Parts: sequence; C-alpha cells; structure tokens
Amino acid sequence: MDLASILQYLVSGLTVGSTYGLTALGFTIIFNTTGVINFAQGEFVMLGGMLSVFFMKALGLALVPAIVLAVMVSVAVGAVFERFTIRPVKNASVIQLIIITIGVSILIRGLAMLAWGKDTFALPHFSGMQPIHIGGAAMLPQTIWVLAITLAMLAGLKLFFSSTIYGKGMLACSYDVKAAFLVGIDVRRMVLLSFMISALVGAVGGAILAPLTLTSYDVGILLGLKGFAACITGGLGNPFGAAAGGLILGVLESFGAGFISSAYKDAFTFIILLLLLFVKPSGLFGQASSDRV
Amino acid sequence: MTTGKKNTLGVAMFAALAAALPFLLTNDYYVSTLILAFLNAIIVIGLNLLLGYAGQISLGHGAFYGLAAYTTAILTTTYGWPMEAGLVAGVLLTVVTAYLIGIPTLKLSGHYLAMATLGFGLIVYIVFNESIELTGGPSGFVGVPRLELFGFAFESDLSYYFLVAGVLTLIVLLSLNLIDSRIGRAMRAIHTSEKAAEVSGIDIAAYKRFIFVLSAGYAGVAGVLYAHYLSFVAPSSFGFHFSVTLIVMVVLGGMANVWGAVAGAIFLSVLPEFLRAFEDIETLLYGGILVLGMMYLPDGIAGGITRLFKAAMARRVPHE
Amino acid sequence: MKAMRAMILLALCLMIATAAAASETIKIGAVLSVTGPASFLGEPEKNTLLLLEEQINASGGILGKQIELVIYDDETNVNKCVLAADKLIKKDRVVAVVGPTVSGNTLAIMNKFPRAKTPLVSCAAAEKIVKPVNPWVFKTPQTDRHAVQKILTHAQAAGLKNIAILTVSNGFGQAGRAVLKELVPAGGMNLIADEVYGPKDTDMTVQLTKIKSLNPDAIICWGTNPGPAVVAMNRVQLGIATPLYMSHGVASRKFIELAGEAANGLMLPAGRMIAVDQIPADHPQQPVLAAYVKDYETKFNIPVSTFGGYAYDALMLVKAAIEKAGSADPSAIRDSLESITGYVGATGEYNFSKTEHNGLDESAFVMVAIENGDWKVQR
Repeated sequence: MDLASILQYLVSGLTVGSTYGLTALGFTIIFNTTGVINFAQGEFVMLGGMLSVFFMKALGLALVPAIVLAVMVSVAVGAVFERFTIRPVKNASVIQLIIITIGVSILIRGLAMLAWGKDTFALPHFSGMQPIHIGGAAMLPQTIWVLAITLAMLAGLKLFFSSTIYGKGMLACSYDVKAAFLVGIDVRRMVLLSFMISALVGAVGGAILAPLTLTSYDVGILLGLKGFAACITGGLGNPFGAAAGGLILGVLESFGAGFISSAYKDAFTFIILLLLLFVKPSGLFGQASSDRV
Repeated sequence: MTTGKKNTLGVAMFAALAAALPFLLTNDYYVSTLILAFLNAIIVIGLNLLLGYAGQISLGHGAFYGLAAYTTAILTTTYGWPMEAGLVAGVLLTVVTAYLIGIPTLKLSGHYLAMATLGFGLIVYIVFNESIELTGGPSGFVGVPRLELFGFAFESDLSYYFLVAGVLTLIVLLSLNLIDSRIGRAMRAIHTSEKAAEVSGIDIAAYKRFIFVLSAGYAGVAGVLYAHYLSFVAPSSFGFHFSVTLIVMVVLGGMANVWGAVAGAIFLSVLPEFLRAFEDIETLLYGGILVLGMMYLPDGIAGGITRLFKAAMARRVPHE
Repeated sequence: MKAMRAMILLALCLMIATAAAASETIKIGAVLSVTGPASFLGEPEKNTLLLLEEQINASGGILGKQIELVIYDDETNVNKCVLAADKLIKKDRVVAVVGPTVSGNTLAIMNKFPRAKTPLVSCAAAEKIVKPVNPWVFKTPQTDRHAVQKILTHAQAAGLKNIAILTVSNGFGQAGRAVLKELVPAGGMNLIADEVYGPKDTDMTVQLTKIKSLNPDAIICWGTNPGPAVVAMNRVQLGIATPLYMSHGVASRKFIELAGEAANGLMLPAGRMIAVDQIPADHPQQPVLAAYVKDYETKFNIPVSTFGGYAYDALMLVKAAIEKAGSADPSAIRDSLESITGYVGATGEYNFSKTEHNGLDESAFVMVAIENGDWKVQR
C-alpha cells in the first residue's frame, strides 16, 4: 500500500468524520442543559441543507443569503420544538423526553417530505470543485470549509460557555438543575436557548455539508445515528470530545474500508466503539462522575 | 382478590378474547395483521420487563429477533434440519448471544448502554446484509418452510393465529407471575435505587443479566415464529428502525406494565392499517401520536385507562 | 325535517352503491414502494398507474367494463408488503396484482400467488423472480443480466480488459454484483477489484482510491441515486481518468442534476424512454413512448422517469391479457399473459412463453453516454 493512498484514506476519513462531529456538537449542547439526547438533531442538519436548497431555488437567493435564511428558519424550528413539546411536560422522565424527540424527528422528516418530495438535491460548492493536492491526496476546497467552520464553531462555543453569562448559566444547569434554579438562573430560558443553539450548529453543518454529501429529506437519520456514536466515543457532554469523536469514527471507517473490507466498514467501527466502551465506560474524554441520577 | 387470582382472571379473559377475535373480524386479512401484532407484543413484553422493571434500555432488540429468525430459516432450509430442532436452535442461539453480550454491556448505564446495544444491533444487521452466501444478503432469504410441528402443518393463517395467540398468552402468564415473584421484587428494587438494592443484598448484575437474557429469549420466540410464518426473512425487518419502534411500543403502552406492553404493541402494529387511507400524511400522524402520547399520556395507554377509570370512580363516589 | 333529509340521503347513497355494483368494475391491485428508500421508483409507478386508470376508463375501459385500481404503499418495507398483498388477495379480491417495486418485496410475496390463483406482474428487476419460472409470476423490467451484457459488450469493443466493480450494498447492488462477478470472467475479462458502499454513504473516495491503485481499464458502478452521483464526483476529485460505467439504476435526469459536470463522459445502459427524441421515428416503441411521456408530463408536471415505464407495461400487459382472453378471470389472465408475444411496451418488446416470464432481451437497452449534461444514445 503506497503512502499516497494512506494519506487519501486519512483525508477521506477526516471529511466524513467532520460530518459526524458537526452533528455530535449539536447533541452536546442540549445534553448539557437537559440531560436529554435529542434524537431530532439529525433533522436540524437536514433542515440546514434542504432549506438552503429551497431558498436558492424558490426565492432565487444567492448561496450565502440562502444559507443565512435557512439557518434562521432552523433556529426558529428549534425554538418552536422546545416551546411546544419539551416545555409543556413537567416532571417528565429522560426516556419520555427522548421519545418525544424521536416523535418530533419523525414529524419534521414527514413535513420535509411533503414539502420537498423524496428526491436528493445538491448545493453548489462554496469555492469550486478544483481539488487541492496534498502529498498525493486530493481534497476538495469544501472539505477545508467544513473543517474550518467546525473549528470556528467549536471555538465560538468554548467562548460562549466560558465567558458569557448565558453560557455559564447553561453549564450550571448541566451540573444541577435545582441548584441552578435556586441561584436565580432562568432554567426554562436556558433550555430554550440550548435548543436554538444546537439547531443553529446543526443547520450550519447541514448547509456546509450539502455540497459534499448531497441532501434529502431523510439524511438526518444516519447523521443522527453517527453523531450520537461520535458523542459517546468522545464522552457525552464534552463538545471537544464530540468533535474529536466524530473525526475518530470517520478515520476508523475510512481505514476499515481501505484495509479490511468496504462491506464491513461500519461493523468494524462499531466493534471498536463497543470495545472502547467496555474498557472505558464513559467515552474517551468523558468523566466517570458525569452520571446523572 | 389476590394478585395471583387477578392475573389468572385477566389472562383467561385475554385468551377468550383472542380466541373469539377471528370470528368477529369481517375479513381474513385482519388475521395476518393480528399475527404480526401478536409477535410484536411478545417482544415488547420482554423489552418492557427490561426497560420498565430492570430499568435497562436496549436499542438492539431487533437483532435478537433477527438472529432467531435467520437461525431457524437457515437451519431448516439450507441444512434441512427438522423444524422442531430449528426452532429450539434459533431461540437457544439468541439466548446464548444475549448472555455473552450482556456480561460487558450491562455494566454500562444510561446513554452508554443505549449506544452499546445500538452498536450491537447495527453489527448484527451488517452481518445479515453482507454474509450473502449464508443469509441471502439485502434481498433476503427465500423459501423458509411454513411451520409444521409434530406432523401438524400450520397451513392456514387461522391455525397460525391460534398458535401465536397461545404463545402470547403463555408469555403474558409467565411474565405476570415473574413480576409477583422474588425476582420481580428484586427487579423493582433495582429500578428504584441500585444502591439501596445492593445494600439489601441483591446481586444486581445477576438479576439484570437474567432479565436481559429472558427478554432476548422472548424476542427469539417471536423471531422463529415470524420466519416460519412469512416464509421469508430480510435484514430490513430487524434494523435500527424496528428496535426503536419496539421501544416506542413499550413506552406508549406504559412502562412496567405487561398488559400495557400488549396494548402498545397491538395498537402501534394495527394503527398503520387505519392510517393507510391517508398515505402521504401517515408519517406525520405517527410522529404526532408519539409526541402527543408522550406529552399527555406519560404512563402509556394502560396507565391512561387506569387513570380515567379511577377518575370516573372518584366522581361517582359523592353521588352515592 | 332533519330525519327526512337523512332518509333521502341514505336512499341516494344506497342507490349509488347498487348502481356501482351493477356496472361491475374490473378490480386490479397494486402494491408499490411509494415512500421509503425506493420511493424514487415507486412514486412514478404509482403516478403512471393513476394516469392509465384515467385513460383506460375514459376510452371505455376493458371489455366494456371500467377498471378500478386498488393501490397500496408498502413503504419499501417487507412486512407491510406482505400485509398489503394479503389484503389485495383476501379483502379486495383483485383479479391481478401489479408490483411490488423492489425485488426483496416481490420475492417475499411471490409464493402467495399460486395459492391464491392470482397473477402477479412485478415491477422489480431481480432475475430470481422469473428464474425458475413461477407459473403465476411475471415481471416487466429488464433483467440485470441484460444490462451487464450491454456494458461488457461495449467495454470489450473498446478493448478494456481489467474491470473494477463498485456496488451498493442493497438488493439492487447485490443482484448486479452477482451477475457482474459471473459475467466479467465469463467474457474473458479480469475482475480485479470488488468494492462495496452503503446505500446512505456520502463519500466513496476510499473505495475509489483502492481501485485506482490497482490500475483498472474500466470501473463499473452499480447503484441508484444518490450514491453513484457521489461516486462520479469523487472520481473527478481523485483525478481518475479510467472510464466509468453506471447501471440503468441512474437513468434519470436527477442523476445528471446531482452529479453536475462530473456526469460528463459516463456511460450506462438505459431504456429508450430516456431519450425519446433520439429514437428513430420508425422504431416500434416510438409512438408508445412519445404518447406516454407527453401524457405523463402534462398530467403531473414533472419529468417522466424510466421506472414508471415498468408499471406502464405491467398494467398494459394485464389489459392486453384480459382483452385477449375475453375474460377478467384470474386464471384466464394468467394463461393469456403467458401467450402474449410481440407486445411493444414502454420498456421493450415482450415475448412471453411457458418458460419465459420476463419476455425482454438485451435489445430493450441502448447504451447512452452523458455529454454536456445530456443523454447521447450510442450506436
């Protein structure tokens, strides 16, 4: 096996991994404030991509305004989702909330299918399709966009959680909701905010990924699944862990396909993930004490 | 009335209703719907014990169902094993797999457990898909013989219906008795507080594993019956989507409630039959029912009915 | 007053009901994957059936009777397909069934039809459906074998010897892969790489890199949208100049739209419907296809798909069989279907017999190349 091929596997793995990592980031934000895995996270990614396509086609917008509008609409969807399905249920168990998010994901997917049909759509690449060559491996400029924007969002989230009052409030909720409430944090607003931010992260991801991966009403299912796996790999609740988990899964898949068998690449990835969990039951970068009761 | 008597009465009523049902239905077709609904109910009861009593989630139960179905299908069709041996082997393999998987997996908790079982389900699914020589691959395994036990062929759907209804009744009875036993009390203790249970001397790991293996066994029973009913198995029937549907059935029926599991499974299996008239908006209604059901019927159909019943009783009291 | 009105309404309803029963319609069933992963096949099929129902009834029905289609959606789910088939046979008591859309579902329900003594005309591709012949089961799409033969003939003529294949891991890809693995060596060529991708995968650069390092003369990709579009784009990204053949599974405008410039230069076997304007005017299929394409696009205002043609042929063959038999009795339809020869449909010319229940041959395909974002039929 030549070096160029191995380098190409790495590049491919990072490209695919960034799609998982981006989805995983969104999971983390809601999990941190509510302790719930939002199974509709993949749907935010789908909305980002599909709405961008829709606004370009139907309203004749240019790429960037279409994406901005798509992200804004997705954030609104996130807010409506929280306000009408999560907030009204008081004292709900985590499993109940998870089922609600599964229901919402089915609803959003169904609506998208009715609105835009079952076809797959493509979004133009941001800066062309001329591949960039790095030591024998070819990479599309879009991949660099994806990696750069993922990093920027990570940095933004880090800044948000560590130095804004809202961010700190949300973190407080993640440690102890009751205590947060007692020190005067508006927990309900924090939960609403967490849904809006993760919708934002998801939709931005969906829009920047669509040129590479194409998009359709049902892309959210697989991305949600892989994103969840990425979160677990990295350790739940840790944004850096989530992003890193995504990249690790992507690279594993790509090397699995390259060296072992393309048919069994997903099985290979999940076997490693399971082994990891058995050895380190709270993910690579997770803390064992993050247990919620 | 003691719980034991109550259980027996309930099961007897259920058996009578199940026996009468085909004669009340206007069309043969609904018998096939009910067979599949009852098979789902068998799996969901097991999952309900696991989720509701032992407090453990499994997103991989579709895989156990599939393992059993494929095992008996392959053994009886490709290798010409007698049907009885195929059925036993199917259930046995499922149970052994569950036992082995359970050892490391059940040490995890919460979302990590969900991920581990999900991962297990996906791996099994990929194996069904890719080991084409053995399983027939994505387009499925054709030509599984219809069930024939000790010389009796279950050719008609009606005979199969009675068989499945009988098995379901037995499983309900077994599960109800289990809950009232020592094991059941231990399970509830674990669910309420693992620490407290441990302190009072309950071997948590052993109990969790027992329930996990038992529920996989139920899925195995349903799986072998499924393979010989449909005469065809394909990976798509045992994927992640199905495992999630099973969880939804548990939750919608009401956790820690055997009758709720039966109700939830039958309700969600039969529902699409009524939704089919709407076709395009079917998924919307399905999602809507899930969301609204969880928001306003948090303890499921069974819990909702009980509450309504209690409310009605409470209202009646002042009049008397 | 209210009661009176209700009574009149009820009486009216009863009259309409009895009138409908008296005129006696011919009930034909269909089970299609209108939603789910195969909806891109099932939806045009359903549309086509609705279009035909309207047209057939407007022109006086079959044997003077109106037809009534009962269409169920199996959501590309095998359990739902089995239930739908049961429903059509036992509840709706249809005289014949069109569909299912995908091979797996067809294989799952096939054995019910001899027992029910009802003919099934499948819209799915797999060879296993008609080989060995099940007396009650027919199918309209071309067989994968014909598509592979068409590609290999083309590749051989171009002197390409070392072949790499990249197939999707679903029923469609599996069937194509099996035939490719059989026919590539049989045609004196070498199969040097056998790679697979998942139906939902969004990046195939790894498989292509692996293939590239083996230096094949040609790559054959077997899948349906969107996977092959990604393969086409990844091929350009990696700078692979090796010729790339696609299957007939991507023979739709959508593929060119998705793959964009990366589609140029690709070749695939396809039904003639794909380029109606390039069919010679004297070709027997020309009038059938021109009319179908025009009617479909007028009624639904969306571009026609070659997949709809499978349902078109299925229903029209049933119609032809009923007319030939002079009876809409299920057994008569079956016998009559088996005797149809020289029927020119949207997909090709069908010649059925006791041992041939597909009735098409390689000539149902033409080789097309994609040039400047459009199909170009190859001679």
